[in-house]
Amino acid sequence: MNRIEKAFAEKKAFVAFLTAGDPSLKATEEYILEMEKAGADLIEIGIPFSDPIAEGPVIQEADLRALSGGVTTDQIFSMVERVRKKTDIALVFMTYLNPVFHYGYERFFARCQEVGIDGIIIPDLPFEEKAEADQISSRYGVTLISMIAPTSQERIARIAKEAKGFLYVVSSMGVTGMRSEIKTDLDQILEQIRAVTDIPAAVGFGIHTPEQAKKIAGKADGVIVGSALVKLIAQYRDRAHAQIAAYVRQMKDAVNAAEK
Amino acid sequence: MAKGRFGIHGGQYIPETLMNEVIRLEEAYEYFKKEPAFNRELDDLLKNYAGRPSLLYYAEKMTKDLGGAKIYLKREDLNHTGSHKINNVLGQVLMAKKMGKTRVIAETGAGQHGVACATAAALLGLECEIFMGKEDTDRQALNVYRMRLLGAKVHPVTTGTMTLKDAVNETMREWTNRVADTHYVLGSVMGPHPFPTIVRDFQSVISKEARQQILEREGKLPAAVLACVGGGSNSMGMFYHFIEDKQVRLIGCEAAGKGIDTKLHAATIAKGSLGVFHGMKSYFCQDEYGQIAPVYSISAGLDYPGIGPEHANLHDTGRAQYVPVTDEEAVQAFEYLARTEGIICAIESAHAVAYARKLAPTLSREDSMIICLSGRGDKDVAAIARYRGENISE
Repeated sequence: MNRIEKAFAEKKAFVAFLTAGDPSLKATEEYILEMEKAGADLIEIGIPFSDPIAEGPVIQEADLRALSGGVTTDQIFSMVERVRKKTDIALVFMTYLNPVFHYGYERFFARCQEVGIDGIIIPDLPFEEKAEADQISSRYGVTLISMIAPTSQERIARIAKEAKGFLYVVSSMGVTGMRSEIKTDLDQILEQIRAVTDIPAAVGFGIHTPEQAKKIAGKADGVIVGSALVKLIAQYRDRAHAQIAAYVRQMKDAVNAAEK
Repeated sequence: MAKGRFGIHGGQYIPETLMNEVIRLEEAYEYFKKEPAFNRELDDLLKNYAGRPSLLYYAEKMTKDLGGAKIYLKREDLNHTGSHKINNVLGQVLMAKKMGKTRVIAETGAGQHGVACATAAALLGLECEIFMGKEDTDRQALNVYRMRLLGAKVHPVTTGTMTLKDAVNETMREWTNRVADTHYVLGSVMGPHPFPTIVRDFQSVISKEARQQILEREGKLPAAVLACVGGGSNSMGMFYHFIEDKQVRLIGCEAAGKGIDTKLHAATIAKGSLGVFHGMKSYFCQDEYGQIAPVYSISAGLDYPGIGPEHANLHDTGRAQYVPVTDEEAVQAFEYLARTEGIICAIESAHAVAYARKLAPTLSREDSMIICLSGRGDKDVAAIARYRGENISE
């Protein structure tokens, strides 16, 4: 069983996101370990991008803070290498295609394998275009995660059939960010996914309260939270350890409390 | 396999949320481009509303002054709303309406595309919201007010470099937020397939007319056609019907800002590298880690870090040539054209005029060349005055 499979094995997973280098790579390293201790099952590490078109203001600003702090892809790889020595939790990159493409697919995914990255999420790499990266990432044992959106409709089956690792189900229209209400008919989307695949489906975009997490975990195999954590980091900078731990614990408890 | 490729460039690199919409858009476009009623309606709008065909004007004084090839100006500046942008916008907004959309959104740099879009939306009865970098709303305040007069809502974009690229980011974000009733009227030959093809087709009316006009006037094809290039819509329109005429040189003029040896430029072909951004694979100004670089030009319309995928391919195949033109050269050409021909052109178009001044004397008097005068310069007058150290109120 690989690390991503383990994250979803016999439980509902809580997936936590943070932007690498916000406010520093040292803090990112500490926060990853903090999140794991508090119960996170999988960590998404954002490689900041200058123009993150799928992000709302909270993560946009985190990307900007990290980049103006001078963080680079190479430094992020080194940080992951250090953190991997201390934990066996599933680590997945989340970034845009250009930082990966420009680094060079071969070089990028080879380095992922070297440092212990398990997968990657690239929101601007849809089903039709994924082959160019997927052929190379899979050669290096890096799982390319597919996304499904509220508008996917008949595309769901096609995407789900080829999906690997887990499916990232986008809960809402628009960009990432905390929402008071998730209006999408997730039941129908999850049903279409389960008709064609057994791989887990985790839901993200907009989720920030324990009530939402519990409700979503009742339907899906995992809950993904980004902006709420990034906002805590924005507020408490390099002293967010206790806040992150408390929040992750609360959310993981809510996920655990969901009816199976 | 991926669609909408120009050589290795193009494609559809966008979030899943938008995929079904661009597929529907492609189907709608394939249908409407062949539908007689749509084409009749569009032709009527282009002729009786936008004022097409635009003139091909023989710039006799400029020709004599430069002492080389005969210079013709394709007068897109005389179109309704003052630039070539109306060609694409009438096509896209009419199509959006027929697709059942009730709202259009668009990015704008200099404001010409925003004004054109607001105009078409007013005429055809659609809601319109325009995203414009805060920096550009300041340097093009006149156009912001024009858009508002036309009934559009203008959102100043305060993220990133607060220019055209950020306006595109924000419009894409808004489109993912509300796609069912909304069409994104992309203003250039860029973005995910099918936009580069749609915009090129609607803009190709420029070269369709110009080719016929020059043959009538000169009895032979021009030695060169020139146009400025930001994303590349007027140039793609100007080049398109000359691509198969291999003897015609196609020359795109990029914004070199303070010079391509400085960091302050927007010269994508001269200084950029292969990347994937704004839905397409093409050339972009970026750093060694693939972060999109802040770019600069005196011209808000050319202040963009990428270039349309079809241009990228024309560059790869050597069919078109791309040359950098600095702010200073463009401003001089802006002033030169005003004094010599009595035409105040857009600072964007002045980049093409600037290169024409270098090229014309090297060509034979028996030859001709066409410059696409993509827009008029009223919007730039205050900025040019500032550049020359004079402060005038608009």
